[in-house]
Amino acid sequence: MRARLAILATPIVAALIGIAIGVGIAALLGAPPGRFLALLIGQTLGSGYGFGQVLFRATPLIFTGLAVVLPFRAGFFNIGAEGQMAVGGFAMALAGIHLHALPGPWLWIACVVAAALAGGAWGAIAGALKARTGAHEVIVTILLNFIAAALINYVLNRWYALPETVRTAEIGAGAWMPRASAAIPFFRGSGLSAAFVFALAVAAGCDLLLLRTSLGFALRILAGGPRRARYARLSPSRLTVVALSGGGALAGLAGASYILGYKHYFEEGFTGGAGFIGIAVALLARNRPAAVPASALLFGILSQGGLAVNEIVPREIVDLVVAIILFMYIVLDSKAREGTWRWISS
Amino acid sequence: MDLILSFLAQIARIAVPYAMVAVGGCLSERSGVVNIGLEGILLNSAFGTAVGTITTGSSAFGILCGVMSGGATALLHALVTVRARADQIVSGLAVNLASVAGTRALLKVLYASASNSPRITETPLGALPGFSVLGPLGETIGQPLFLAAVGICVLAERGLLHSGAGLLVRAAGERPGALEASGYDVPRVRTLAVVAGGGIAGLGGAWLAFQQNSFTDGMSGGRGYIALAAMIAGKWRPGAAAAACIVFAAAEALQIRLAGRGLSTQFLNMIPYLVALAVLAGWVGRATPPAALGRPYRRGTEEA
Repeated sequence: MRARLAILATPIVAALIGIAIGVGIAALLGAPPGRFLALLIGQTLGSGYGFGQVLFRATPLIFTGLAVVLPFRAGFFNIGAEGQMAVGGFAMALAGIHLHALPGPWLWIACVVAAALAGGAWGAIAGALKARTGAHEVIVTILLNFIAAALINYVLNRWYALPETVRTAEIGAGAWMPRASAAIPFFRGSGLSAAFVFALAVAAGCDLLLLRTSLGFALRILAGGPRRARYARLSPSRLTVVALSGGGALAGLAGASYILGYKHYFEEGFTGGAGFIGIAVALLARNRPAAVPASALLFGILSQGGLAVNEIVPREIVDLVVAIILFMYIVLDSKAREGTWRWISS
Repeated sequence: MDLILSFLAQIARIAVPYAMVAVGGCLSERSGVVNIGLEGILLNSAFGTAVGTITTGSSAFGILCGVMSGGATALLHALVTVRARADQIVSGLAVNLASVAGTRALLKVLYASASNSPRITETPLGALPGFSVLGPLGETIGQPLFLAAVGICVLAERGLLHSGAGLLVRAAGERPGALEASGYDVPRVRTLAVVAGGGIAGLGGAWLAFQQNSFTDGMSGGRGYIALAAMIAGKWRPGAAAAACIVFAAAEALQIRLAGRGLSTQFLNMIPYLVALAVLAGWVGRATPPAALGRPYRRGTEEA
């Protein structure tokens, strides 16, 4: 039991220190700590609408968190979730527009498959380059984020953008996922939808895949290096492509969840940094798929809380808090690994 | 003739921030510390330059502020990765996230704007007299700030690859255990290299701010990442990395010219990143990074 608590200590302490420093910065800018916290917590966890918004913002973060976790468990660092999410969301919107005549459930399936395939293909580029040429996936996925943005911008403006906008038409209504407020009045007005349940199901699926299947086992062996994988008669290059395209597919689903559940069309910049926050989500979940939803919830609170505190301080303070949490987490984690501080565990 | 000279001048102007970040990156990574945070360092130093120049009216002081901002941001990265031995890639990403958020928040606080600072009216010293024979090219490459950038590239190449201090930096990145066995302090060498690299990248940020005559939100625009690709293409050697930056800058200058001829701007925007990706994907052959790159060093834990 004590060991279990110690595992939780690093993420929780990092989050608390991050928020405490955020309160301090806000105070420097003239916002009373009490008022800052009241807005940050009260407007997120204090009402049905606020809590619904938190879950709504956590939904894509669950997917992008998983998009980082899956490749990481195979030994790869996917910084490309932002671009993969955009590519997946865009491909899905195109499917939803062109196939709008399909009956509801089939259209939904077509949309989800399109998002996963497109995001997966974008991730596979990094995987193939890594396997073939050894180009480091970190810098490659970062560059692919920029290429994705430029490519989508081009196709969107050339063929799909509505006049004077940077968005597409709406996708067929048959694919929309029901909003929570329709069934549960508690969440009235919030953006929460069935996409959240879909995200939880995918997280559970990833947990099973990684920990209970032979493919998951093979991926985890690869994390020990290509030589170990070859010794187990596995193909490192094939598994590399699988790991990174799997991450890309999950990020593609992040785009799908946002558009199917809330927005109903693709708009440039809709990812809003969710791909990068996914890295923080994965870290604080200690790269365990089952812990990703809880971690995404924390960053959902911060993301919604940023909008709440914006009336007294610039909302970027909350992004600074996310950065500080990252710094604190990796420092605490390194101390835990080295055994410097016994009350935390790696 | 003037057309060619002004095209070359454009390449030179684009190459400066790339080269400064790439050279700064060489310093950091040859000492064993991966620095993805150079993107944020570039942004912070452009911000520091703009604020310093606008506040005091002195471009020289602004440049100093830019270099200091770059060095200070790099120091944060060094404290986290070298002293606390935390993950280098995550720290770099956190630096970038904090830089975007921090500069945006400060823009609002200092200038009540979400997007840009006021115009920078002070400009740094213009071209030295002897360069006027080169016309538009001379106006760019004759500027003391440009000459300083060239000087830094030369110094870094000589210093890192052919001097005693450079040997210590490279040893910290290749065989830190051996460096310590020779009586040197590995964390100190790494910290100094990372901070110096940040200061050099800061000069690139200063150049960027003066080029655009103001600070605009997110103005680093991925340049730091492209420069890191150039650093790898240059196999972690400052001179070769700077040369790769000139190639990337030429591709970008060409893109700007083509965009003026009716080709889709959005499509052309991909070019710098595609070129960087193509170069990384083995066109330059497999580059071998420093042996201890990315590995935190803890006293007495490594074989000499």
